[in-house]
Amino acid sequence: MIRMEPRAETSRRIAIIAPIAAVVVALVLAAIPLLAAGQNLGEAYGLMFKGAFGSAFSFSETLTRATPLILTGLAAAVAFRAKFWNIGGEGQFYLGALAAVAVGTGAISAPAWILLPLVLIAGAAAGAVGLIGPAYLKTRFNTDEVVTTLLLNFIIILLVQMLLQGALKDPMSLGWPQSEPILDQAILPPLVDRFRVHWGLIVALGAAIAIYIVMRHTVLGFQLRAVGENPHAARHAGISVSGTMLKAAAISGALAGLAGVSEVAGLKGYLTSDISPGFGYAGIVVAMLAGLSPIGVVISSIFIAAIFVGADSMSRAIGVSNYLADLVVALSLLCVLVGGVAARYKFRWMGLKGREV
Amino acid sequence: MAAAKSRPAKNGDSKPVILELDKISKRFGPVIANEDVSLTLRRGDVVALLGENGAGKTTLMNVLFGHYVCEEGEVRVASENGKMVQLTPGSPQASIDAGIGMVHQHFTLAENLTGFENIILGVEPLFGLANKRREARKKIEDLMESSGLGVDLDIRVSSLTVGEKQRVEILKALFGDTRVLVLDEPTAVLTPQESEGLFETVAKLAAGGLAVIFISHKLHEVLAASHRIVVLRGGKFVGELITADSDKRRIAELMVGHEVPGSKRERIGAGDIVLKFNRANVDGIDDRRSLHDADFEVREKEIVGIAGVTGNGQAALAALISGLVEPDSGTVEFQGKTVTKFTPKIFMNSGIGRIPEDRHHDGVVGSMNVSENLAIENLDDDRFSNNGMLRFAGFRKYAENVIDAYDVRCSGPDAEARLLSGGNMQKLILARVLDTEPKLILANQPTRGLDVGALTEVHKRLLAARERGAGVVLISEDLDELFALADRVVVIHSGNLEDAGEIENLDRASVGLMMAGHSTEAQAS
Repeated sequence: MIRMEPRAETSRRIAIIAPIAAVVVALVLAAIPLLAAGQNLGEAYGLMFKGAFGSAFSFSETLTRATPLILTGLAAAVAFRAKFWNIGGEGQFYLGALAAVAVGTGAISAPAWILLPLVLIAGAAAGAVGLIGPAYLKTRFNTDEVVTTLLLNFIIILLVQMLLQGALKDPMSLGWPQSEPILDQAILPPLVDRFRVHWGLIVALGAAIAIYIVMRHTVLGFQLRAVGENPHAARHAGISVSGTMLKAAAISGALAGLAGVSEVAGLKGYLTSDISPGFGYAGIVVAMLAGLSPIGVVISSIFIAAIFVGADSMSRAIGVSNYLADLVVALSLLCVLVGGVAARYKFRWMGLKGREV
Repeated sequence: MAAAKSRPAKNGDSKPVILELDKISKRFGPVIANEDVSLTLRRGDVVALLGENGAGKTTLMNVLFGHYVCEEGEVRVASENGKMVQLTPGSPQASIDAGIGMVHQHFTLAENLTGFENIILGVEPLFGLANKRREARKKIEDLMESSGLGVDLDIRVSSLTVGEKQRVEILKALFGDTRVLVLDEPTAVLTPQESEGLFETVAKLAAGGLAVIFISHKLHEVLAASHRIVVLRGGKFVGELITADSDKRRIAELMVGHEVPGSKRERIGAGDIVLKFNRANVDGIDDRRSLHDADFEVREKEIVGIAGVTGNGQAALAALISGLVEPDSGTVEFQGKTVTKFTPKIFMNSGIGRIPEDRHHDGVVGSMNVSENLAIENLDDDRFSNNGMLRFAGFRKYAENVIDAYDVRCSGPDAEARLLSGGNMQKLILARVLDTEPKLILANQPTRGLDVGALTEVHKRLLAARERGAGVVLISEDLDELFALADRVVVIHSGNLEDAGEIENLDRASVGLMMAGHSTEAQAS
């Protein structure tokens, strides 16, 4: 039998090695169905890698896909740091996208240097408002935020669908449920000509640096960590637990909202009810893989984006379903969770007779 | 005193040895937890294991239980034919099979099961055959008979008192044909009367041939309950004393390694009233978490001791003084002004320092480091932040000073607080509280679980704060501590405060009786 002993100190080395090992193990496990499908492993993974990083174009596609993931990943990381389990990133994403469309499609006419920031602020504010509600319910009535934020996702997406069939529907869309396109002044321009990667990436990277500074170097970040680690001691030390939690929720919601703005204003140009293939939920995986570190979020976003983009490209080339990407991502998350246990405990083989008591 | 009378006679060497710890050494990296520690236990022995925090008592017991494997030395137990055989290292099951039972400081009972179910849990199937249950029942009743551990087996553990829960724990430990019983800080949660009851039980069990290892910090208990005292210091064996030939002072010296200055309290006149309750009520869920019509005052230069068994409203009193709860009726005055807003922040800023009862739970954020935990109550201070940005240089400088001034033993300002020993964690909290020179200090069980060295330090600091002019509310269930420090004693029972008066006019017996709920008439005797 194996016994687990808590480690006195989780070393920094293990904290970095664990997610990398998790990814390697996930790729090894994902090889099983690949082999079962009769594919050549080297070829399949080679194609995936090439599809994600093989050319300037494919790398730009990976970065494009990583952009919303960085923002939703940061959203999850900030909230989880305060032990506020925001599962509603998807809903806040759509609220941000909705606000971008509401402000950016002609309601206000202004030059880009006014309208673009306005669109970003509106989207962030909408996302923040969408999470402050559940956070208030938690601090006031101790409702379970996992339930409220998760269920709110469906309400918000249904609301978006309703609006896209009605008030926001583009009359020129030939009947498709999509919004009017946003004005040129509200668009996040491409970073490089002829590529899709856009200024949303700069916003996301800026947000990652900002969150890093907030968490590490400000009083707010200190309070947020203290509340997350030990709310009783934080309260005893005069830190307002509910106030801190509401602030964390506002930041988290705003980040997820920004992701929505970035997709509408940077990539699509208009809103549809399927604009997100689950970026809000994927953000949770991103944050967990990154160990809730803001800089780690950037790295794990690029990794997950690469898996998706690479798998798409591979499936086009050799006909393996791109569900493989979901499989790799899911396995990585599982491995990281197991790895987290491994980082906190030592495992000892006790022989077959030794029994845990 | 009953305890003195119940002290069993000194043991001869004639009885058979049943357990030997032979030259045990255990290291964790560079840290030596145990070095060359030996201990021999005979049938009917009661051996007290004494030592400061970090002296290696717990490590030694973990080696005994197979939770750790020692690098050198071995544990031997007597087999059925009396021969000493080595215990399989690293196997808790082997220790249990060898008849070693342990009662932990923190109870490990399932609250929603009855005492009977708890005792057979893990040994017999809970829904097993009726005749098996009858057998087990019979065995437990015999055990209760022979040990004097009376408790109602058929009510849920959650409705038992702390003392009764402990009896269930001991019965559970004895149930598996135990030959060696280890009691880890068994009196931490008991009234003086309950403790004496426990010592009588221990004496009775020992008379029946059980060997007992008794881990404690409280010297008078060790003297009352044991035959021999084994003292550890810094992981090493420093001495073994025959209880009958030793006294508190000598044992304390062995433990700390130098002469212990007794905490001296000089009489000084109390000053103005700092804190005053006027018929303050806190309505908790039950009496244990409530305060009823409390009238109470603390003056400058005065230590008011709150005597009481844990769970009689101390939590409500402490929460009220900490600013964690508002009174449901009545008023609280601080320095002559009625308090209108109750938050920890406002209380701290107006000059109330709080030492919480549970260091790990309320005192520190374990995963944050020492410097962060020192600054946590004063984040707005110029030393620690500037326009919302933290000043790590200030954190570090302050922490270095404090680590020095309060002798907090840790690897530095960056050490995680959870890695500190209990005594050092308490010094950290003490430093944080006292450094702001508060006008009122709430010290809630400030020395619980501390060794003599750290305890003396805490006492010294509290007395110094009093001399400086602070009023101190000292909540403690340790009468030694109250009699050493307090100017005045207030007894708390079932949420009611009762003034017992100046310490000079009090004796332990009457305070003990008041703690147990016998009101003032008992005091007259």
